Amino acid sequence: MHEMGIILHLAKSLEETAEKEKIKKITRVTLEVGEVSGIMTDYFTDCWDYFKKRHPVLDTAALEIETIPAVTYCSSCEKTYPTVQYGRTCPHCGSGETWLIQGNECIIKEIEVED
Amino acid sequence: MKIIELKETVTASNDRDAAVLRGELKEKGTLLINLMASPGAGKTTLLERTIRDLKDRHRIAVMEADVDSDVDAVRIEKIGAKAVQAHTDGMCHMDAGMTRRALEALGDEPFDLVVLENVGNLICPAEFDTGAGKCVMLLSVPEGDDKPLKYPLMFSVSDVLIITKTDVAPYFDFDFDACVARAKRLNPNIEIFAVSSKTGEGFEAWENWLNQAVKDWKNEPGKTIKEN
Repeated sequence: MHEMGIILHLAKSLEETAEKEKIKKITRVTLEVGEVSGIMTDYFTDCWDYFKKRHPVLDTAALEIETIPAVTYCSSCEKTYPTVQYGRTCPHCGSGETWLIQGNECIIKEIEVED
Repeated sequence: MKIIELKETVTASNDRDAAVLRGELKEKGTLLINLMASPGAGKTTLLERTIRDLKDRHRIAVMEADVDSDVDAVRIEKIGAKAVQAHTDGMCHMDAGMTRRALEALGDEPFDLVVLENVGNLICPAEFDTGAGKCVMLLSVPEGDDKPLKYPLMFSVSDVLIITKTDVAPYFDFDFDACVARAKRLNPNIEIFAVSSKTGEGFEAWENWLNQAVKDWKNEPGKTIKEN
């Protein structure tokens, strides 16, 4: 139940923000989710729809997900390539000395609130 | 309507709770170890032997986190350490809030070392800071030397990697050198021990590290923890 755990923390972070900023209603939440973060967005949205009802400040908020493409950097040839297509081996030079530089994120980008 | 830009990670509230908990434990001089591994890697068996060897030296308690049952806590209590069973209600990991509640369940007794035996899983526990002072992960020989490639985050967040079940190494094609190289590539500072909880092989080095870590946690000055 990985997605559920993340939703619990997301809701808590948002409630804390709402309290601090004196926000009564959050109407939209935009997340940036990395392509290889391991989060299944369909399941994630289902968890959100179920869970938001427990929080008055969130109960009508729509969840919007923006996908961040996964990019890997090769330290042998110093080029980058799309991770999902080529995995761990660099398509430019065949090296395995590669590092994921983006695509593992789960960030709250912004929220839309009632004035 | 108004848009507020946040740009914070989803787990930011947990990270804050974890930092506060770590600061409190530092003040008490209690080293909390977050022990993580796959199901069946030998977490409880490693703890049984470690506690038997060190229980006269440190006051030790264990918090067993599982989705259900109390079999692990019963095993730990049998060898004479205090244990509590925390149920995660279906969740695949422990977070800082659940860890705090489990610590409260241990009572007011002072401990030098508390081990949180996290849910058996190489993915989610790595993503949630529990407030532990040190993260220790196990990888058993039958699981294979390729695990650092498959679960890089777990190897990146751990201070220590213990390769367990070395007694069965003759029956498996586990390449120790390759495993060490893969783990070090992800995390150059990771300490690595190879042990058998059955024969005791390698335990001296692991227990020396643990004794030193308990001592350092009490003596090294803590960082000032600020609540946001």
